[in-house]
Amino acid sequence: MIDASATAVAVKPLRAQTVLEVKGLDVRLPTQSGILHAVRGVSFDVALGETVCVVGESGCGKSMTSLAIMGLLPNGAVRTADRLAFSGKDLTGLTERQMSDLRGDKLSMIFQEPMTTLNPVYTIGDQLTEPLFRHRRIGRQEAYEKAEAILERVGISGAKRRLGQYPHQLSGGLRQRVVIAMALMCEPQLVIADEPTTALDVTIQAQILHLLKQLQREFGMGMLFITHDLGLVARLADRVVVMYAGQVVESGPAKDIFERPVHPYTQGLLRCIPIPGRTERGGRLGAIPGMVPSLIGGIEGCSFRSRCPAALPRCANETIELQDLNGSHSYRCVLDAAAGNDAWKRNAGSMEKTA
Amino acid sequence: MLVFALKRFVVGILVMLAVSTITFTLTNVAADPARTIAGEGASAADVEAIREAYGFDRPIIVRYGEWLGGALRADLGDSYRQRRPVVDVVMERLPVTMSLGGLAFAIAILAAIPLGIIAGLRPNSWIDRASLTFALIGQAMPTFWFALLGIVVFSVTLKWLPVSGSSSLSHFVLPAVVLAYYATPTLMRLTRAGMIEVMQSDYIRTAKAKGLRTGKIVLKHALRNAILPLVSVAAVQFGFMLGGSVVVETIFAMRGVGYLAWESITYSDLPVVQAIVLTIAAIYVVLTLAADIMNAWLDPRLRSN
Amino acid sequence: MSQATSEAPVSTFAAPRFPIRRMLRHRSFVIGAAGLGLIVILAAAAPLITWHDPYAQDLMNRRIPPIWYAWFWDHPSAGWHHPLGTDNLGRDYWARLVYGARISLLIGFSATLVSGLIGTFLGVAAGYFGGRVDLVISFIITTRLAMPVILVALATVALLNSTLLVITMVLGLLLWDRFAVVMRSATMQARSQEYVTAAKAIGCSTPRIILTEILPNVAAAFTVIATIEMATAVLYEAALSFLGLGVQPPLPSWGLMLAEAKEDIFFSPWMITLPGIALFVLLLSINLLGDGIRDLSAPGGRS
Repeated sequence: MIDASATAVAVKPLRAQTVLEVKGLDVRLPTQSGILHAVRGVSFDVALGETVCVVGESGCGKSMTSLAIMGLLPNGAVRTADRLAFSGKDLTGLTERQMSDLRGDKLSMIFQEPMTTLNPVYTIGDQLTEPLFRHRRIGRQEAYEKAEAILERVGISGAKRRLGQYPHQLSGGLRQRVVIAMALMCEPQLVIADEPTTALDVTIQAQILHLLKQLQREFGMGMLFITHDLGLVARLADRVVVMYAGQVVESGPAKDIFERPVHPYTQGLLRCIPIPGRTERGGRLGAIPGMVPSLIGGIEGCSFRSRCPAALPRCANETIELQDLNGSHSYRCVLDAAAGNDAWKRNAGSMEKTA
Repeated sequence: MLVFALKRFVVGILVMLAVSTITFTLTNVAADPARTIAGEGASAADVEAIREAYGFDRPIIVRYGEWLGGALRADLGDSYRQRRPVVDVVMERLPVTMSLGGLAFAIAILAAIPLGIIAGLRPNSWIDRASLTFALIGQAMPTFWFALLGIVVFSVTLKWLPVSGSSSLSHFVLPAVVLAYYATPTLMRLTRAGMIEVMQSDYIRTAKAKGLRTGKIVLKHALRNAILPLVSVAAVQFGFMLGGSVVVETIFAMRGVGYLAWESITYSDLPVVQAIVLTIAAIYVVLTLAADIMNAWLDPRLRSN
Repeated sequence: MSQATSEAPVSTFAAPRFPIRRMLRHRSFVIGAAGLGLIVILAAAAPLITWHDPYAQDLMNRRIPPIWYAWFWDHPSAGWHHPLGTDNLGRDYWARLVYGARISLLIGFSATLVSGLIGTFLGVAAGYFGGRVDLVISFIITTRLAMPVILVALATVALLNSTLLVITMVLGLLLWDRFAVVMRSATMQARSQEYVTAAKAIGCSTPRIILTEILPNVAAAFTVIATIEMATAVLYEAALSFLGLGVQPPLPSWGLMLAEAKEDIFFSPWMITLPGIALFVLLLSINLLGDGIRDLSAPGGRS
């Protein structure tokens, strides 16, 4: 067992292996006022050892995307996809039973609210060992030893004592570490983290991010990080997927997205965060005026046009496809990339000038 | 935890004291015990003689003190009608009532919890609607009417069960079902509501994300949280059942405490009535105490403070 | 019209409204209100819709079965003269049922009024003042819960007198616990609202705050409990009367009618069926109405 994992670690860096492929993912939710088309043709993939961040405002479909991958959509929701594969295995045809064999084992998830994601009436040890008992043939003692080791690994001191404690006896930061440990119990190939630090204090946020990065390197797993916070994206992401109104509006390597954003929405988001050395001290941060359009029913043309500073008449009725820029960077806008980039640079330049 | 239990115990003692004061006042002030013992046609002189002989002419406080002193030594006086210690009279009837109550409680729990779980897991399904309708009918069905219908159907028409008495297990079936039927809807609705709420909680999503099987998610993670509010209500319901046994035991002529209470009330055998009220109150106090302890056992958050 | 209300700014301290259209669309509310309304109308119009004195005995015409015995089994004595037959003393069953509704409604309503007053007083006091007041009142509630209602009611009614007034008062004095518990928590919730703090800050007196700020905000909870407790009071009256210690003959109480019919359970099963159905329909209607009011007064619709 130790040998196997050692070779796995040795092999991984040689060739980035795709662990998750998503192509044309759609999620529809029935509501009282009609069908809510929450996710519209989303495509991306994640390789082992890679961090992909999905960014967007609340309600853009990023959480629904993660739940759709996990097969944990709310009752009544309908998921369709051209391809949804995990380690090359098609997920769309799996039964609930087969899907649950993957969940918590090779595919695991970290949730947002550490205060409520743990069951208040069972001990930490009990909840930590559950995935092991479900997915591995393992004795009680061995399972608890492993739980203790992982708790120590996520930076919890006095791990043995913690195993016997209940969630309410732990602080928010500690609980989130427990939730992370729980996701790692079976050494997953992909972890989906849905805003894992949003509910925490800033200092603890930083610790948890640092921990996640470290653990990812150590376990060599892929990570899909869902957030609305571009600051976190800048520190974590290898690649970025920007979502708006259920669609991917821009995606590409993190460096490209931050330095040469094309889509006006991405540019707007970037103006909302302070960047050391670029954002003027004491100056105003940007904001994107307007509201996200309703996702009930179809959307004609570009979904961002009502808030877009560069909107053209054609944006209202043309269906805009994702355009490939250089094989890895793509965007969904009628502007050509050069024009988009110029607009960004001019703007950034003017910021620097006023500074 | 120990402090918590001790506190509840002291409150329980105080409640018993208050109940005893109320019942003693009721039976000694609202009614004239001397007249009751003497009977309808007794002369004024006879009543006076009895009043002096039993000491009813002394101030009520003194008499209460004396009675309370006796109560602490498990002596609640003598039955007017049977001329022997009340405690004996009540104790020999208690097993029938406790078996009836226990059986009815078991039936109620075994019907309410599974139904509540199934209904709560699939709100608005046909089984949910059926259970809610059943609950609605149960809450509107008077116990004594249901008992009479039961007798007509099962004892008179089908002749499956005996009409009255308490000498064999088959005598307990119909009364226990009748008693259980009234308590089941409350418990079922509570389980259902708890289940619906808990199944939407984040920790259930976590359990699903771990790949746990549905059975384990429901029975381990959801049920324990869903039944937390049920425990104290169930204790209260068990107390109600003992109270309701007056009606059921009278209809089925079962020789339990409830029937004894009815007999004693109609014969104005007040010491017995008083003792029965106290006994049921004591059982209620013990039950709520047990419910508190059980809640603390089920929910670690209660244990720590 | 509904457009205007839905677009109006939501004020947090408006008392919950009951839009007529929402009420009419709520099935259990409509069924419950219709059932209770029908029984109230029948009870009120009793002299107009019956043609027999409910007390008039007719020993020659005892235990006549209801009219459908004439329709389906050609029963010779059944007929329109006594549409629901007669009891063991030859009294008209329809008349007794209709007049019996008066007793159920009267006792149910008045006992609820008494228990509602006691329970609301205790609950609001405990919830508003908290501290020692709350401690004492909570103790009183616990003590009350420890006493078996039916037993204490039976004993008290037997000791005093089985008049309607005594039965009503005894039930009222015993059934206030749910009012007290719910009013207490509703008051605690209302007390912590900003507008109460604001009222205190501008120097409103305590009675004024309770009257103008607290009571309107616990009214919805009161209505819900009142329906539940009215059903309970009706049920207990019937139970007391059934056990022979409630309403006394010859008054026509449904519980008493069931007790009298018990003797004839073998040969005239319809005699226990009819008062039972009447009681069942009344209780069901009140419960449905209560469920409806609870749903409609909950902020988000169904709770």
